[in-house]
Amino acid sequence: MTARGRHRLLPYLLLLPGVAWLLLFFAVPLLQLAAASLYDPGGSLSTGYAMTWAFGNYPDALRAYWPQFARSFMYAGAALALALLMGYPLAYAIARKAGRWKNLLLVAVVAPMFTSFLVRTLAWKTILSDNGWLVGLLRDVHLLGPDGRLLATPVSVVLGLTYNFLPFLVLPLYASLERLDPRLLEAAGDLYASPAQTFRRVTLPLSRPGLVAGTLLFFIPATGDYINAELLGTPNEYMIGNVIDSAFLVRLDYPQGAALSFLLMAAILAAVFGYLRRADPSQGVL
Amino acid sequence: MSAFRWLAERWVMGVALLVLGYLALPVLVVAALSFNRPSNRLSYDFAEFTLDNWRQPCATPEMCDAVLRSVQIGFVSTVVSTVLGTLMAFALVRHRFAGRSGTNLLVFLPMATPELVMGTSLLALFVSAGVPQGFWTVVVAHVMFCLSFVVVTVRARLAGMDRRLEEAAADLYAGPWQAFRLVTLPLVLPGIVAAALLAFSLSFDDFIVTNFNSGTTVTFPMYVWGAAQRGIPPQVNVVGTAMFAIALLLVLLTSVRKGTLLTHSVEEGPPVNNT
Repeated sequence: MTARGRHRLLPYLLLLPGVAWLLLFFAVPLLQLAAASLYDPGGSLSTGYAMTWAFGNYPDALRAYWPQFARSFMYAGAALALALLMGYPLAYAIARKAGRWKNLLLVAVVAPMFTSFLVRTLAWKTILSDNGWLVGLLRDVHLLGPDGRLLATPVSVVLGLTYNFLPFLVLPLYASLERLDPRLLEAAGDLYASPAQTFRRVTLPLSRPGLVAGTLLFFIPATGDYINAELLGTPNEYMIGNVIDSAFLVRLDYPQGAALSFLLMAAILAAVFGYLRRADPSQGVL
Repeated sequence: MSAFRWLAERWVMGVALLVLGYLALPVLVVAALSFNRPSNRLSYDFAEFTLDNWRQPCATPEMCDAVLRSVQIGFVSTVVSTVLGTLMAFALVRHRFAGRSGTNLLVFLPMATPELVMGTSLLALFVSAGVPQGFWTVVVAHVMFCLSFVVVTVRARLAGMDRRLEEAAADLYAGPWQAFRLVTLPLVLPGIVAAALLAFSLSFDDFIVTNFNSGTTVTFPMYVWGAAQRGIPPQVNVVGTAMFAIALLLVLLTSVRKGTLLTHSVEEGPPVNNT
């Protein structure tokens, strides 16, 4: 082989193992899951499944579990709203107000993730416990009734989701606020814009790429999460992830689990694309 | 300056510090609970101070087995995904070839797919192919989702690298292999190390994908999940605190050594050498 021919082949040789891995263990399994979602729902793991192109699995699964579906999007949406309220001031303060403490504060944002996801989610069980100081305080100021609880309610699940995925929202937001040219803010001030006007007409539009990226990085894992609902909630707070988990690992109903997985992915994609189109109509999707 | 102005200038920082407190609170609770002797197995409340959990971290042997299993899986997955991902990053940054944008899409998609869907689809594959689930199916799954993050991390480092340094090496009669080993590799190495650390922490902490593909193999997150139903031993918090301390120490040490922990603003004059 000539040296030139070798050079043309080189990128493919470098890519081969990684691409093969992704095709074999990411792309092919998705196709396998698509096939499984159309299997005969009457089959079972022991007798085997027959491919019957049972498209009815989809409406059936949706009819049976639409409350959990709706709840997943409601909880993730509520958590996203909370996360934006907390994450924007945090990202803004680190990017523009922290001065030489910037890197230290960034470490403080990421540091909680150094503890195991499950262990720190369980810590919320202690914080929100019926005997804890927080519930005691809220009962004393009558924000909670004498028997009011936080744990095992939608509040605890939403708080857990907000907490667990907040850093994913803050980091891209920080990155785009950090790049913002301070002279633009000065110019707005020179042109008699109030701080609120400067924020609404200059800062907010310019931080949009970070806002969009952060929203996606937050919303996708939050919608598919079922750890918070399981550990901090009750079956009344179960999200679609809990249903899919039990379909595959407890009830062993593969066609239904596969159909629900695809419905979740389709719903998330629809939400994401709808959001991207609204967030940046000028540039089309992506 | 009026009190109102003073407040207006600082409220953002005030809110930011409160939010940082919200983020830090569970970690502090985990650290506190690692010194707790719970009143009963199912209680999550702080009862009594003790050092026993730190003295006997392996009082529940299954937990330590699970930690060891997670370290093994994390190590193998990190090595494989870092090697494969670094090769891919080199191809994507350094070469123009047909299929490049398709490859970029294939790298991007796993990061945008809900973990739940990756987990269930691999389960469907393994079951239909008759592959028994265990240690190696978990490794296969972890390499799969770590790969994209390795590619992205190494690619960022490579893309920011000055190609003229390698040309200079060639001008100074370095062969292609020498130029790679003496110039390119040392320059890219921080990116590769960062990617490996990221891959290890993703693998070590993964629950959702592992849950669908582990068979009877128990990793640390799987152990915590199972134990949460029947009461978790307080040593779980020792592991959580130790992980946090080790990772934080690594981060702080590297940034202090590089002098990047505190950023030096222009007004403050030349950077102080704080090594």
